[in-house]
Amino acid sequence: MAERPFALVGVLRSPAQIVRTCAALRDAGYQRFDAHTPFPVHGLEKAMGLKQSRLPFIVLVCALLGGSGALALQTWAHSVAYPQNIAGKPFFALPAYVPVTFELTILLSAFGTFFGIWGLSQLPRLFHPVMRHPAFPRASDDRFLVSVEVTDPKYDAEETRRLLGSLGVEELEEVRT
Amino acid sequence: MSAPAVSPTPGPEPEAPEGPEAQVARAELILGKPSFHDISHVVSDIVERKAPRAWILLFGLAASVLLILVGSLTDLVGVGIGEWGVNHPVGWAWDITGFVFWIGIGHAGTLISAILFLFRQKWRTSINRAAEAMTLFAVAAALIYPAFHVGRVWFAYWLFPIPNQMNVWPNFRSPLLWDVFAVSTYGTVSLLFWYVGLVPDLATLRDRATTRVRQIVFGILALGWRSSHRHWVHYERGYLIFAGISTPLVISVHTIVSFDFATSVIPGWHTTILPPYFVAGAVFSGFAMVVTLMVICRKAFGLEHVITSRHLENMNKVILATGTIVGYAYAVEFFMAWYSGSPYEFFTFINRAFGPYAWAYWTMISCNVIAPQFFWWKRFRVSLPAMFAISIVVNIGMWFERFVIIVTSLHRDFLPSSWGYFRPRLVDITTFLGTFGLFFTLFLLFVRFLPMVAVSEVKGVLPEADPHHAETDHG
Repeated sequence: MAERPFALVGVLRSPAQIVRTCAALRDAGYQRFDAHTPFPVHGLEKAMGLKQSRLPFIVLVCALLGGSGALALQTWAHSVAYPQNIAGKPFFALPAYVPVTFELTILLSAFGTFFGIWGLSQLPRLFHPVMRHPAFPRASDDRFLVSVEVTDPKYDAEETRRLLGSLGVEELEEVRT
Repeated sequence: MSAPAVSPTPGPEPEAPEGPEAQVARAELILGKPSFHDISHVVSDIVERKAPRAWILLFGLAASVLLILVGSLTDLVGVGIGEWGVNHPVGWAWDITGFVFWIGIGHAGTLISAILFLFRQKWRTSINRAAEAMTLFAVAAALIYPAFHVGRVWFAYWLFPIPNQMNVWPNFRSPLLWDVFAVSTYGTVSLLFWYVGLVPDLATLRDRATTRVRQIVFGILALGWRSSHRHWVHYERGYLIFAGISTPLVISVHTIVSFDFATSVIPGWHTTILPPYFVAGAVFSGFAMVVTLMVICRKAFGLEHVITSRHLENMNKVILATGTIVGYAYAVEFFMAWYSGSPYEFFTFINRAFGPYAWAYWTMISCNVIAPQFFWWKRFRVSLPAMFAISIVVNIGMWFERFVIIVTSLHRDFLPSSWGYFRPRLVDITTFLGTFGLFFTLFLLFVRFLPMVAVSEVKGVLPEADPHHAETDHG
C-alpha cells in the first residue's frame, strides 16, 4: 500500500503545555487530533473537547444481563430442570439465590468493563502510524506528544505546522501510514 | 484537581535514603523528587537488568517447595483424600483452613487497589501493583484446596452449572456453591483489573525494549497501547468502574466464605458475626502479607524512595485497626456464647479456650490481638525489623484463627461418644507447605518479569503531573 501522509506529530515537555496546545487546537476548530501522554493528564479531556466515555452504559447492560441471567438460571435449574428436595428448602428459594446473582452481576460487569475499554479504544491494534514518530517511545515515559491527522477538515500542512510551532511544539514531523 | 497532599515528614526519618537521594530527601509520596523518566527507569530496570543472585537463589528455593506441592497432590490424587488426617468427627481441617487462609491474604490486594482508590488515597499507587499480584497468587494457592478436595479432580467441573449427560445441576441453595461462584468471580475480576492496570506499563516496557524478544512479547501484551488521551478517557472510567465493582465483590467473597460455616447448625459456626469478622480478619492477614513482601522487595530492588516508610507505616496502621476489630470479634463471640443461653454454644467456647486445643486458641490470641498492639507506638510502625516480625506473627495467628474456628467447633460434637482429636498427617502438612512454594514462585516470577510498581499511576501523583504545577502565572 502506498504510504500517504497520516498526521503531523510533535513533542511537548510538560502537562501544562499539552493542555494549552490541545485547548488551542480545539479553539481553532480541529477535531481529529490526539494527545499521547505517559499518564492521564487531568483536565486534558476538557481541553481536547472530548465527551464522557460511554463505558458506563455498556457496563450497565452487562450488569443487568448478568443479574437477570443468574436469577433465571437458578430458577430454571431448581424449578424446571432438576427439582430436588434438599434439606426441605423450597424449589424457588430467592434468598439463597442472592449470592450467585450478585457474583454473576459483578462478573459480567467486569467483562463489560474490560472488553469495553479496549472496544471503545479500538485496541488491540499493534501498529499505528503515530508510532513512526522518533519520539513516540517517550510518550510512555516522560514526553507529551500531540498529533493532528491530515484528514482533519481544518488541516493545512503549512498553517497547522505554524500553529503548533507557535505553541512551543518541538520535533514536528509528518508521519506516514 | 489540586496537587497531591504534601505532608511534612512524620517525625525523624528512621532510614534516610543514602547516596544521591540524601540531599533532596523530604516526605512527599515519592522521595527524592524523581522525574517522570526516573520513575520509568527505576521500575523498568528491575525487569531489564540481569537477575540478581539473590533472586535466583530464592526462586530455586520457591520452585523446590512448589515441587513438594506437586508431589503431595500427586500422592493425594493417586491414593485418595483418605491421605488427609480428617475423619469423624473432624471432617474439615487443614484443607479448608489453608483455603480460607490464602483467600484472606488476597483481600488486601483488592482493598488497596479498589477501596483505597475510591477513597482517593494516593499513597496506594506505590504498592497496588504488587498487592494485586499477591491477590492473584494467593487466590491461585487457595484454589488448590477446593480443586483437590473433590478427590477426583477431573470431575471438578461438576461444580459449575455446565449441561452434562446426567442432566444434573448443582445445588444453588448451598453455600459451598456460592463459594465456587464467589472465588472464581474474585479471581477473574482481580486478573482483569490487574491486567488493565498493567497495560500502560507494558507499553513503557515495549517502548524501552532493547531486544527483539521483549519488543514482541511486551508489544503483544501491551495491545498496541499508544498512550492516547482518547483512550485514557475510557481507561480511567473503566478503572473507576473496576474499583467500584471490586469493592462490594471483595466484601462479598469473604462473607460468602464465612457462610460455609455460618449457615450450618454447628455451635461455634452458627453466628451472624462471622461475615464482618471474616472480612476484617482477611484484610488484617492480607496487609500483614503485603508488609512482609514489601519490606523485602523495596530493599532487594532499591525501591526505598518509591515504597517509603510512610507507605509501610500506613499499612501498619491498617494492621493495628483490623487486628483490634478481630480482637473485638473474639470477645463478642464469647459474650454471645454466654448471652445466647445456649449450653452447646457456651460449651463450645469454653472448650475452645480451655479444652484440648487451648494451645491453638491462645496462640491465636497472642498473635492476632496482642502482637499488633505494638503498632500504637510509632517506633514500631516505622521499624523494619519490628514490622517484619509482627507481620509474620500476624499471619501465623490468622492461620491459627481458621484452624481454631474449624477444628475446635467440630472435634467435640453433640454426641460425646464420638469426640475426637484431629492430628494432621504428612500430606496435610506438605500440601500446605507446598502452597507457599506456589505463591512465592509466582510472586518471584512477577517481580522479575513485570513492572512491580504501577509506573503510570506513580507518575500521576508526582507534583509535576498536575498541569498547574510551576504555572505560577495562572494557578
